[in-house]
Amino acid sequence: MSNFQGVDFVRRRSFIELDARARAKALLDEGSDRELLGPFERIESPWLAQQGVTPQSDDGCVVMKGMIDGAAAVVVALEGAFQGGSMGEVSGTKMVAALDLAAKDCESGKQMSAILLLETGGVRLQEANLGLAVVAEIFASVLRLRRHSPVITVIAGTVGCFGGMSLTAAASSYVVMTPEARLGLNGPEVIEQESGLEEFEASDRALVWAIHGGTQRYAMGLADVLVDDDVAQVSRTVRDCVGKGPRTEHRSEQVALYRERIAKLDASQQINPVSLRTAWAEATGGREQ
Amino acid sequence: MEKLEFEFPAKRTISQRARAGVVGSNDLEVLLEPLEGDHALVTVLTSVDGFRDQWSAVLERFFSTYDGATRIHINDAGATPGIVLLRLRQAVEVSET
Repeated sequence: MSNFQGVDFVRRRSFIELDARARAKALLDEGSDRELLGPFERIESPWLAQQGVTPQSDDGCVVMKGMIDGAAAVVVALEGAFQGGSMGEVSGTKMVAALDLAAKDCESGKQMSAILLLETGGVRLQEANLGLAVVAEIFASVLRLRRHSPVITVIAGTVGCFGGMSLTAAASSYVVMTPEARLGLNGPEVIEQESGLEEFEASDRALVWAIHGGTQRYAMGLADVLVDDDVAQVSRTVRDCVGKGPRTEHRSEQVALYRERIAKLDASQQINPVSLRTAWAEATGGREQ
Repeated sequence: MEKLEFEFPAKRTISQRARAGVVGSNDLEVLLEPLEGDHALVTVLTSVDGFRDQWSAVLERFFSTYDGATRIHINDAGATPGIVLLRLRQAVEVSET
């Protein structure tokens, strides 16, 4: 799927290789970025140290306000390298607060888009119910904001977006993925553990990416744009999505469409990633909705 | 989980705070901030117990070439001495550019 050839591939600037802070910064107009509740505020998880896990000074969640093509925006970036980007009480509350402040701005007549850079396995198990509760709050906050301004989820990889946070991705106005990224409710290891190796072999990378990977998710219409791992392309795509404004009909509102698609699937045959794409395209006339 | 504290002499003030690294496996996070006075204070929060002597040796080596008056906080997830020095020097580089 890559548009890159030879020397372009070498010259590009990888988005995946950036950490959460650098990713957020890369999407905002130069010099406009301002981090809220940054690492020196030391708002850390109070629960991790009690369980022998070292906390991080920003709890793995970077909130940055700034401009995108001159329009106000807030970027919330999760650090996949810290606890798998999992949502704890603090990291999740930072995301909720950012989304709610954006919604407040919109409701008082100011424009404020939100860009979520999701690299996360979902709820942080060490924080249990607090993690679950905050994921529910994030979902509610996305639903509130998306009526006024676009909520753009970017899943660049390589952690991907799983668990409860995949619902947040699904509720977003636009989803942008790279072929290296993955999106799914249950992660491959979880499926393998719960249903066995015969059901899903998590170590089979080709199989995992064929099902959860960005290329397949785009082909199925679960992601809106497929981009290469390139800062310029990701940034341009986010700008385009901000420019489009809020969506009139969100993917998560298309209940009839998805019911129809599922009803037409023939479960008597083994469905594979390619046959699923074909079946969905036949059922509803292609990926464009 | 262990919390360690160290103090080293310093000769000059620094103007800019800096952050480097990530609390991921075999890595750590360094927060470096200006501090009043003629000394540097280091706190280390590490998930691996029993390595006070190694931390002391690594920090001593770092402060043999660095003389900024700073408050340094490290959140460690099992970094090796080489990575510790690398991240400290990265934080210094960020604070001085």
